[in-house]
Amino acid sequence: MKRILDVKNLQVSLPTPNGDLRAVRGIDLHVNKGEMLCIVGESGCGKSMTSMALMGLLPKRAEVTADAMQFDGMDLLSLSKKERNQVRGMRMSMIFQEPMTSLNPSYTLGNQLCEGIIKHKKVSKDEAKKRAVYLLECAGVPYPEKRLDQYPHQLSGGLRQRVMIAMALMCEPDLIIADEPTTALDVTIQAQILRLIRELQQEFGTAVIFITHDLGVVARIADRVAVMYAGQVVETASAQDLFSDPQHPYTKGLLNCIPVPGKTLPGSHLESIPGVVPSLIGELKGCAFENRCSVSIGECCYRSPSLENHLGSEDHQVRCSIATASSFREAV
Amino acid sequence: MSEYALELSNLSRHFYLKNGAFKEPTLLKAVDGISLRIRPGETLGLVGESGCGKSTLAKMILGLLEPTNGDVLINDKARGSSSRLSMSRQLQPIFQDPYSSLNPRKTIEQIIRLPLQLHKIGDAKSQQKAVKDISDLVGLPERLLKNYPGQLSGGQRQRVAIARALILKPSILVCDEPTSALDVSVQAQILNLLMDLKKELGLTYLFISHNLGVVEHLVDRVAVMYRGKIVEQGTREQIFQNAQHPYTQALLSSVLTPEPALGLPEVLDSSTWDKAS
Repeated sequence: MKRILDVKNLQVSLPTPNGDLRAVRGIDLHVNKGEMLCIVGESGCGKSMTSMALMGLLPKRAEVTADAMQFDGMDLLSLSKKERNQVRGMRMSMIFQEPMTSLNPSYTLGNQLCEGIIKHKKVSKDEAKKRAVYLLECAGVPYPEKRLDQYPHQLSGGLRQRVMIAMALMCEPDLIIADEPTTALDVTIQAQILRLIRELQQEFGTAVIFITHDLGVVARIADRVAVMYAGQVVETASAQDLFSDPQHPYTKGLLNCIPVPGKTLPGSHLESIPGVVPSLIGELKGCAFENRCSVSIGECCYRSPSLENHLGSEDHQVRCSIATASSFREAV
Repeated sequence: MSEYALELSNLSRHFYLKNGAFKEPTLLKAVDGISLRIRPGETLGLVGESGCGKSTLAKMILGLLEPTNGDVLINDKARGSSSRLSMSRQLQPIFQDPYSSLNPRKTIEQIIRLPLQLHKIGDAKSQQKAVKDISDLVGLPERLLKNYPGQLSGGQRQRVAIARALILKPSILVCDEPTSALDVSVQAQILNLLMDLKKELGLTYLFISHNLGVVEHLVDRVAVMYRGKIVEQGTREQIFQNAQHPYTQALLSSVLTPEPALGLPEVLDSSTWDKAS
């Protein structure tokens, strides 16, 4: 499989009055061509920061470093601002969380849809419009020609998100980063939009990084999953493996927290993860999850675990000394 | 003891949307003739999509919005017949967003204590004790009482909101999406707390949510709202195992459980349930 994106040891830190906030602490990620990678984690775990760093949309004061950030053979970090702008929009595009606020209220949808492609691909206005109408139709927007002259406020939330998806596809990108694209939508609309993203992804062969906090969504659309906690990837596996055989205590905890209709006994006590996420300012000593972990031992306080293969397979990796030790015993 | 803790009879609220100076305004029936009854100690789940009138209904129950038609009866007394102050001793809200529903310039103690001061219950000493007791009950550490909301996490803030709602010892809580702004690990803590409080204090809940997994876990009965009307109501088993209305069926089929083998559900077109309702 060809890797479209390969990131090694990505770090993002933001200066604050109390010291540097290290939001992303050394992440290794890769996305294959045409693959759906889900990044899942709770608020503040650095998942949105990762996506903004990949897109190059972080403010100047944020410090982004990585050992490698390869996008289709290009090193993203060494590109000039102009070259980066070319890549962003044309070859990588983004679907944002809030369809209500991420469209400009003072321009027509046609204007916003065509802006990127006219700038990047030197096509005529008519060609751009034709493509916009075609993609709106693919995205299931009724009366696509009429929409080009409408303004965002004339559309419902679900329709606006469809327009955002069409916009992300305008330049036929190789990679789309979707940051919680369905969080603001109703459940019935959410199912429709997820279906749409999945279908378009398969039709156009686009790789997608899908960022969400909803494990239900992850289970249903992901090829591969990366679970993030406190700025690190704590477990990565195929969707099948992650849900049938989770290894990291955080992943297990998350899965036990969700009441599942038909499985969890109604009214029963739900398992929860006690405590709160550690502050990301400065260094973390030992394992970041140690203070909330139910299986931690003394060693976890000072030894930071690294991401290790589970049962010798590179497809399932976990960042936990205890899980690794037991996996090692099983292998022996 | 009254037969119903909360009774809505034919409750409606209409809005007129302006269409400019010379055009006729459009009539919007946000809530259109809703009748519901909740027995004491029961939890009723109200589900529906955004814009279906759930929050308008909650506002009318809380007395924050006058109904166009119909009555809200709280413990068999009509909402309009007694003052808002006396009604608020029986019915309290918990709002969705613990980040915006707490005053950022007051300490946690002041926030929880305010209802007691407004209702002139007890002296300063007994009020302080009441605040401490209630914080204990909702699992809020005492050291946080001197802090400001900005220093608390989302889950802790929602505990503050629950403490503030419970300090007047109401019998009914109206929870409008109380966990949708929280992370899943914290959501489980708050749901456990709500269930424990119900057992301990015999509370009645009206639980408004769009998360059907949570609703199934918590409620005794479910009412499904669509376009201002209740399209289906029944016990938890009736709704979750044998839904009749196409909209309820569509809602249930779009619940995404963490089971990768199932894939994405086929969702029906909204015209199917528009016809039925």
